[in-house]
Amino acid sequence: MNETTSRAPATQPEIDPETVQLLTPEGEFSAHPGYPDRPDPDRLRTWYRDMVLVRRFDGEAVSLQRQGQLGLWASSLGQEAAQVGSGQALAPQDYAFPTYRDHGVVWSRGMDLVELLPMFRGTSLGGWDPNRHNVHLYTIVIGAQTLHAAGYAMGVQRDGAVGTGDPARDTAVITYFGDGAASEGDVSEAMNFASVFNVPLVFFCENNQWAISEPNERQTRVPLHRRATGFGFPGVRVDGNDVLAVNAVTRAALNRARAGEGPTLIEAFTYRMGAHTTSDDPSRYRSEAEVELWRLRDPIERVRAYLARNGHADEAFFAEVDAEAAKVGARARRECLALEPPAPETMFDHVYHEPHGTLAAERAWYAEYRKGFAAGGVR
Amino acid sequence: MAEPTSKQISKQISKQISKVSMAAAINTGLRRAMDADPRVIVMGEDVGTLGGVFRVTDGLRKDYGDDRVIDTPLAESGIIGTAIGLALRGYRPVCEIQFDGFIFPATNQIITQLARHAYRSEGALRLPVVIRVPFGGGIGAVEHHSESPEGYFAHTPGLRVVSCASPQDAYWMIQQAIRSDDPVLVFEPKRRYWDKAELDEDAEAPPLHAARVVRPGEHLTVAAYGPMVRTAMEAAEIAAGEGTSLEVLDLRSLSPLDLETVVGSVRRTGRLVVVHEAVTSFGPGAEIAALVTEHCFHHLEAPVLRVGGFAIPYPPSKVEHDYLPDADRVLEAVDRALAY
Repeated sequence: MNETTSRAPATQPEIDPETVQLLTPEGEFSAHPGYPDRPDPDRLRTWYRDMVLVRRFDGEAVSLQRQGQLGLWASSLGQEAAQVGSGQALAPQDYAFPTYRDHGVVWSRGMDLVELLPMFRGTSLGGWDPNRHNVHLYTIVIGAQTLHAAGYAMGVQRDGAVGTGDPARDTAVITYFGDGAASEGDVSEAMNFASVFNVPLVFFCENNQWAISEPNERQTRVPLHRRATGFGFPGVRVDGNDVLAVNAVTRAALNRARAGEGPTLIEAFTYRMGAHTTSDDPSRYRSEAEVELWRLRDPIERVRAYLARNGHADEAFFAEVDAEAAKVGARARRECLALEPPAPETMFDHVYHEPHGTLAAERAWYAEYRKGFAAGGVR
Repeated sequence: MAEPTSKQISKQISKQISKVSMAAAINTGLRRAMDADPRVIVMGEDVGTLGGVFRVTDGLRKDYGDDRVIDTPLAESGIIGTAIGLALRGYRPVCEIQFDGFIFPATNQIITQLARHAYRSEGALRLPVVIRVPFGGGIGAVEHHSESPEGYFAHTPGLRVVSCASPQDAYWMIQQAIRSDDPVLVFEPKRRYWDKAELDEDAEAPPLHAARVVRPGEHLTVAAYGPMVRTAMEAAEIAAGEGTSLEVLDLRSLSPLDLETVVGSVRRTGRLVVVHEAVTSFGPGAEIAALVTEHCFHHLEAPVLRVGGFAIPYPPSKVEHDYLPDADRVLEAVDRALAY
């Protein structure tokens, strides 16, 4: 196959007319007929702070990896609006199934971001109790969590926690995944299960344009949000760098789910400003000009511009947020360095909830083996 | 053994003790579990209206409703992946994988997700998911309907793997598996689904992972599980006629393996033949042979021998009975072991 026949036509990285946008990259409000949301200064200030703090934490984590304190880090740089806008749309009883880059979602659920560090430092495979904030552990196998979310939503449905009209009871589930994950069979199976059983689930695709080195055009020939039609539920594309629009679109989808009207696919059109992970070198596959184009669409800058231009925030506010961010960064570093490796014996813990003979025998053998060293002897 | 007495008793209380097929015994076990716990749900392809292609879930949908007996889309990864989600919400899903050879689309969810949630959450999460797998050959089926994939899962930490050999065991095992807070794969010998035997619903069950001596003997131990237990018993019967006393073990569980019972038997007999339908190479028998060699080295009179599937894909059904271990193949290994 030659190059021209093997490649699908490139999808445009431009914001197309189908895309819901309420705040332009320049920070101008632009009303949308489908979403009556107007900028609320209090909320925008909150989200601005959220995004700045998450970005600062993320930056510190990248530095920590560079200095050998983390084994790896998956940066959320550039995707803050998609994550905070959707995360802040969730009710306390809702449940989120994130991918491994959703630090802004984790923050929005009220979790301490330092709880993310153990899995990237290698002191744990998880790091938090998912039931405390209704945030599932980060799932590394691409797209696998979307099926867990569909099943969880089937459970919500069976609990009768859908369509009661009680805002404290009706529950929605949201699952996050990327443009690369959209190619995984599990994601299609999850969409089909969700549709067939009409479960209260929002599929939130952060289309950050790149699956490590592979561009959108290698994952799909149609805009991802249109896939929903084939599964029988609505799909919508939102400017993923517009926190106001993301929040409006996600709230509408969650309300729909809680009311028992079934799933929605949201494609948040965004951009991974950093590398895939700290092990990646994006200069091998994408141009600086493209990155620059997206820098002009920065999710934080447009909120800052809106707040400043309309007199909703002054320099003191921005300085205060920056000072808080510095503290978040310093604390991330401090907490990271304080994370000690677990005792080797603990690697046998929690494989099962109930006794398992094979594991028990190996654990006992290992304890004896370790004792030989503790005695100071040479084996 | 007070055989006549127990038979007399069983006649007296025929309400509890009757001859049933393994399929019916599993059905009864599922009903007991669903009665005991409203969070138990059954899901899979054709398990509802049809009652499963083997009718193991016959009537459950009618009696427990659509919400608890779910005909799923035809997607094995989806079945296990959504079962994980249901378990995270507090349910206890019992998934049916229609045929052994169709479990592979679900292996990613089973191995990378189901097996690891307890571990990666440091005990915060429980996934009491049961996966029922009709397995093994001998039914004259087309390709992918006669496989024995249990070794892949016994090799995976975080899973429990058991296999039933009789209606009584099947009845106990399915309920115990459902009660377990860990994920359990139950391998059901599909060619024995219609074998009938007595089922005592009130008898006390042995532990889920305990092996059982099904026929005591002196000269050599034959260890089997699932469909091969009957085959091993047939071999023992023939051997007895020739003056050789075989002890037959039903392993019942591969993960964990009841090593103590195996070792206890081999230390008495000094010889072991392991029988399974699964491919011999790198199969469960290899693990058992290694463990027995380590733990019974000075008691062994012969190397541990394995009788199992050849290192070929499961062959066309017209030659499957040449492929599958039978009493003759078991006895050939017995003769070799006794010749040492």
